Amino acid sequence: MRLEAIPAPTLTRTLGLPAVALTLTVIAASGLALVAGGDPFAVLGLIVQGAVGSKFALLETLNRATPLIFTGLAVAVAFRAKLWNIGAEAQLYGGAVITVVLGTGFLPWPAGVLLPVLVIASMLTGALLLLGPAYLKTRLGVDEVVTTLLLNFIALLFVSMLLEGPLKDPMGMGWPKSERLIPEARLPRLVDGLRLHWGFALALIAAAAVWVIQTRTTLGYEMRAVGQNPDAARFAGIPVGAVILKTAFLSGGLAALAGFSEVAGLKGSLTLDLSPGFGYTGIIVAMLALLNPLGVVVSALFVAGVFVGADSMSRAADVPTYIADILLALALLSMVLAILLTRFRVVRD
Amino acid sequence: MEILDILLSASFWAAAIRIASPLIFATMGELICERAGVLNLGIEGIMVAGAFAGWMAVYTGTDLWTGVAVAFGAGMLFGLLHATLTVPFGLSQHVVGLGITLLATSATYFAYRVALPEVSSPPRIEAFQPYEIPLLSDLPLLGPALFSQTPLTYLAFAVAGLTAFTLYRTPLGLALRAAGENPSAVEAQGLSVTGLRMGAVIVGSGLMAVGGAFLTMSAFNSFFFEMVNGRGWICIALVVFGAWRPGKALLGALLFAAFDALQVRLQQTGLGADIPYQVFLMLPYILSILALIVMSRRAEVPAALMVPYNKGTR
Repeated sequence: MRLEAIPAPTLTRTLGLPAVALTLTVIAASGLALVAGGDPFAVLGLIVQGAVGSKFALLETLNRATPLIFTGLAVAVAFRAKLWNIGAEAQLYGGAVITVVLGTGFLPWPAGVLLPVLVIASMLTGALLLLGPAYLKTRLGVDEVVTTLLLNFIALLFVSMLLEGPLKDPMGMGWPKSERLIPEARLPRLVDGLRLHWGFALALIAAAAVWVIQTRTTLGYEMRAVGQNPDAARFAGIPVGAVILKTAFLSGGLAALAGFSEVAGLKGSLTLDLSPGFGYTGIIVAMLALLNPLGVVVSALFVAGVFVGADSMSRAADVPTYIADILLALALLSMVLAILLTRFRVVRD
Repeated sequence: MEILDILLSASFWAAAIRIASPLIFATMGELICERAGVLNLGIEGIMVAGAFAGWMAVYTGTDLWTGVAVAFGAGMLFGLLHATLTVPFGLSQHVVGLGITLLATSATYFAYRVALPEVSSPPRIEAFQPYEIPLLSDLPLLGPALFSQTPLTYLAFAVAGLTAFTLYRTPLGLALRAAGENPSAVEAQGLSVTGLRMGAVIVGSGLMAVGGAFLTMSAFNSFFFEMVNGRGWICIALVVFGAWRPGKALLGALLFAAFDALQVRLQQTGLGADIPYQVFLMLPYILSILALIVMSRRAEVPAALMVPYNKGTR
């Protein structure tokens, strides 16, 4: 068999195939629920209800989506330029660490000054963490998939070291946990009385900004050109190395904002379980969004809903919560296949 | 002086060989995939699946070698999925690989929870016991280190030898290497690039799963979450470190394992009191990155690695 490009895919094909993919994924997940001894229809209903069924559930989903929008954007920006950033987890913790270092009283400034400083400091830290691997890639050809992945482990161990050493909360009863941020360093609630914080708004602004960069600026054009064909881009006079470094700067900075917003908006302090793999989930978010920055918002909401819904379902129906990860993995794999099949058809020789 | 004492002890070298064994299986598996032109980032998840499948088979009553075969089969299934998506369909090997890792890991954890819902501490199995090779195991230093290991360790070294032999001494190996270097030439010979690549990914994934099974069937004797703990990613670094050659990759795995065994022992010495233990745990990863930087100067990456081959387009 081989693949043959379809000159003009029909609308049914473009919309139908991803729909088929998602339907099959849901059927597979229901099957797993059945295996686990649950009623598949009830399980799916409980997931949806747990994700969007009440005001509390909806806000929980929006909160959970916030770091995923940031890491999803980080991955989308990088992947578009074929910079395979698998290290959003490390960059996230980088942003969180600098937020705690500067925000627990080191900079006794009013919120109006301190918060922007924390945003910039976080972005710089995350950017630096990706610049290293990007530099190694452009100068020495060291594969950034491996270096960014390994950096995740190093970063987590480093954070663990800080939390048991210099950043340890003396009042923390021995738990590896940082001191709490001063009130001026906390992101305010978006709406009074609700748990949703300004990090969500910041994430939406970031998505819009990335969209503008990608579609309306020279850098966006260059990033796309480098991603499509580095050799052609080089031939056209685009400084490929410099574009990759700029992309790394943007990508790392965005991932770090996930750490900043989780600490300053939600948790108030740093612990080792700040991120249950937001950096890795960002890859799924970005792929489901076809690397489109506005699509990232939609897919982050979907992925967050699946996680939040599955957590609440797991408690209610006694089905392992890992079903959420399986669902997302299947969605990811079937979606990339469906998207391919909208542009190509399989021909038998 | 403490370091010298450690390096001269047989128990240290025995530990290093033991730690290297799962890495050798998985590294050879990854190397076969990459030599045929496919980067397999599913390795981490496939190792988790293999660790569980082999252990579960033995726990439910099969003998140990059947358990190894079950793990191999489980790995081949995920390899088949990976190969189908990346070879004939040519989907992004990064995305598919990470998707397989997520799928295999979460499906394994799910299966574990479904199979043993009430269990809080994972049950142990009668795992592989060390087998002392007659005469050789009596050698000083070498004997306890090399020839008093479990049969799976001997198998790991055999697999490394077989991989090297197949790649460099057989027509199949030539064809596999060509599929990763110059697929058009393979097609011109009347061989199927798709078939070669899919076969490499399926067999390679089987080996990765056996590497995972080593953890449950020869090292820890039970299955628990997070037990693979990044070993798969280390194997990807080892393939690069070994410049895509089985011999050098084997050496890399041994070096890495020796280093890992050393850091555990150093933590118990005077150094461990002064330096946070996280630094020791970080060292293998830092070492991997440094090794990649050093090796990059003369990297011999398979030319068609990560390049999908579509018959008829070139």
